[in-house]
Amino acid sequence: MKERVRLMNYQQYLLPVLLLPLACFLLLGLFGKKHLKNASGVIGTASMFAVTIISVLVAGRYFFADGKVDGVYQHLIAYKYNWLAFSPTLSIDMGAIVDPISMMMIVVVSFISLMVHIFSLGYMKGEERFTTYYAYLSLFTFSMLGLVLSSNIFQMYIFWELVGVSSFLLIGFYYNKPSAVVASKKAFMVTRFADFGFLIGILVLSFYGGTLDFNALIQRLTAPQSGEFVSITTASFLGISMLTWGLCLVFVGGAGKSAMFPLHIWLPDAMEGPTPVSALIHAATMVVAGVYLVARLFPVFAIDVPALQIVTWVGAISALVAAIIACTQTDIKRVLAYSTMSQIGYMMFALGISRYGGENGLGYTASLFHLFTHAFFKSLLFLGAGVIIHFVHSNDLKDMGGLRKLMPVTHIAFLVACLAIAGVPPFAGFFSKEEILTASFHSNKIIYAIALFTAVLTAFYMFRLYFSIFWRKEATVHGTHNADGTASMKIPLIVLMICSVGAGLVPITKMVTSDGVPLETHMDVLFSLVPIVLVLFAIFFAARMYKKENGSAGKMAVAFGSFYKAATKKFYVDEIYLFITRKVIFNLIGRPAAWIDRNIIDAFVNGVAATTARISGLIKGLQSGKVQTYALYFFSGIAGLAVLFIYLWK
Amino acid sequence: MSTVPLTHILFVSTALFFIGMYGLFTRRNMITMLMSVELILNSVNINFVAFNKYLYPQKADGIFFTIFIITIAAAEAAVAIAIIINLYRTHKSIDVDDATELKW
Repeated sequence: MKERVRLMNYQQYLLPVLLLPLACFLLLGLFGKKHLKNASGVIGTASMFAVTIISVLVAGRYFFADGKVDGVYQHLIAYKYNWLAFSPTLSIDMGAIVDPISMMMIVVVSFISLMVHIFSLGYMKGEERFTTYYAYLSLFTFSMLGLVLSSNIFQMYIFWELVGVSSFLLIGFYYNKPSAVVASKKAFMVTRFADFGFLIGILVLSFYGGTLDFNALIQRLTAPQSGEFVSITTASFLGISMLTWGLCLVFVGGAGKSAMFPLHIWLPDAMEGPTPVSALIHAATMVVAGVYLVARLFPVFAIDVPALQIVTWVGAISALVAAIIACTQTDIKRVLAYSTMSQIGYMMFALGISRYGGENGLGYTASLFHLFTHAFFKSLLFLGAGVIIHFVHSNDLKDMGGLRKLMPVTHIAFLVACLAIAGVPPFAGFFSKEEILTASFHSNKIIYAIALFTAVLTAFYMFRLYFSIFWRKEATVHGTHNADGTASMKIPLIVLMICSVGAGLVPITKMVTSDGVPLETHMDVLFSLVPIVLVLFAIFFAARMYKKENGSAGKMAVAFGSFYKAATKKFYVDEIYLFITRKVIFNLIGRPAAWIDRNIIDAFVNGVAATTARISGLIKGLQSGKVQTYALYFFSGIAGLAVLFIYLWK
Repeated sequence: MSTVPLTHILFVSTALFFIGMYGLFTRRNMITMLMSVELILNSVNINFVAFNKYLYPQKADGIFFTIFIITIAAAEAAVAIAIIINLYRTHKSIDVDDATELKW
């Protein structure tokens, strides 16, 4: 009875969390343009505010009041509706799962979304499609909340596509800018391509598991005695078990959404969208959906080491490659985009090196801890970048410099965020990164080395950005007006700044663990010393190079030679894709297909039409319009039939 | 009283039919064509009456048919004349060769 009451309560709370943004989207999308032109921002923000409050309340209740039974966090189903029933055993449900990761995610998503809503009030002011913008934001928030609350894998897939669509709409928000249109198409196609893998993965897992429901799927595929487990591990394709196939294909979808190498090419281009959107979608929430997906299916991943190996290496390579590229980019948002990719790579390999349960699950906890802290400081960085771009009217680092006196609030906020992402104590990033480094140190020394090097690079490029924007030279733009922007732009910066300092103190390790049992972690001062010293050294190095305009940065670039050039060109990944699509696919598949279409299919259809036309040309003279001619035909016909029936048809 | 043999009557009706057919094909005036159609119909009527009288003298089916045909012929004449009048209003002519728009 008590159990029932508890579930009812969650349903009461979680339904409005989902339905408020949806209602807001419908309201603004349908009636906004005509009737709510000025109120749309306030309506969106108010509904988001309510959603955030409810989310925090629900999560607080789950984590601190009634989520634990005997010291273990439970997986609850708040509600479940049968949506499509194919057969008694196979149906698609619409439900909400309540467990540590979903609760953590709804807080992150709704909170960051609220901050972006508030920020956009100032940033997007006077924009022609202001209402549409808020409608899209609501759509995105709805889809993302639906994604994290999904109780079965197919429901998640539906919301997964919905976030993809809203991301597409928002990247292409400035639809009269050709580069934005191209970028939105690219993002959609790349993620859609990856989602194809996800769909096949879903089919594989659910075919062998016999269910789409997460809890049941995990239960069946992790029990070594169950028939489903035996069938999926014994069945194999190309010498690899179907379990590994299924998980890897699902991971392809996750990698596409999370911009993992080599499917990352859409993320830097996605920066064409409005900056607050980048903060929300392409930094804090949607791009971590891949991490969330792997975490959601983690118990299954944990029993399949090859799949985890792939997750680990894809994550590690993405983290490293993105960090190297970020050092060479000059577009402020692109640097941040690559930094996002690098940090998500961090989360990925932390999941990959983790195992299920207890101390072995440290990587899992660390990964989600990093997801949590990263959301705050990365969205802060993007919003800060938004203020700067708003003021300078350029994305290029060359046009910036010496802005620290003009925009004190942004300056402090950006500095805090840089310190947080670099992992300097006591800022948020330090704690989560430390957990990841500890976890990787205990499981794989090569990964640890990559992680450490990436951390150093991260500190370097973030402070390269910081010094280039705020120091380097005297401000070239002299504005007397308020460079920090309106109050609605300052408030989110300040709130997120506080979060970036304090988020590390939230005891995520005690709340989010692979098996639900709170994990006791302890800081090893000696262990932390190495990364801290290296990071401080990197910051110092960046300060030497970029604080004053001197030639050292250029010399450095020359010293690295072709490697530097390759990194500036993003290691030619885009060019490789273009080569594969333009040269290989177009020539080997596209052109033959076009030839067949033109010369065989079209020729057949055209031939039929031409023959018909020719025959009709021959006989159309018979329809002359002369009534007497018709009567003659008629009479000859009758006479012919008479002859036929009377004399010949004997 | 000697009776007229059936073949004589059929000969008359056949002659009437082909006279009507000839008129229908050669005349360009639509009134004349209508008259030719009436001739054809009447030849059919004669056939009906003759066959009824000579083959089934107890029955009256052929006579009924004849009455039907006369009725329908009257209606048909009314419709045809209406068409001809309309054609005359639009074309200022009742020559069939002047009204050949309805073609490919």
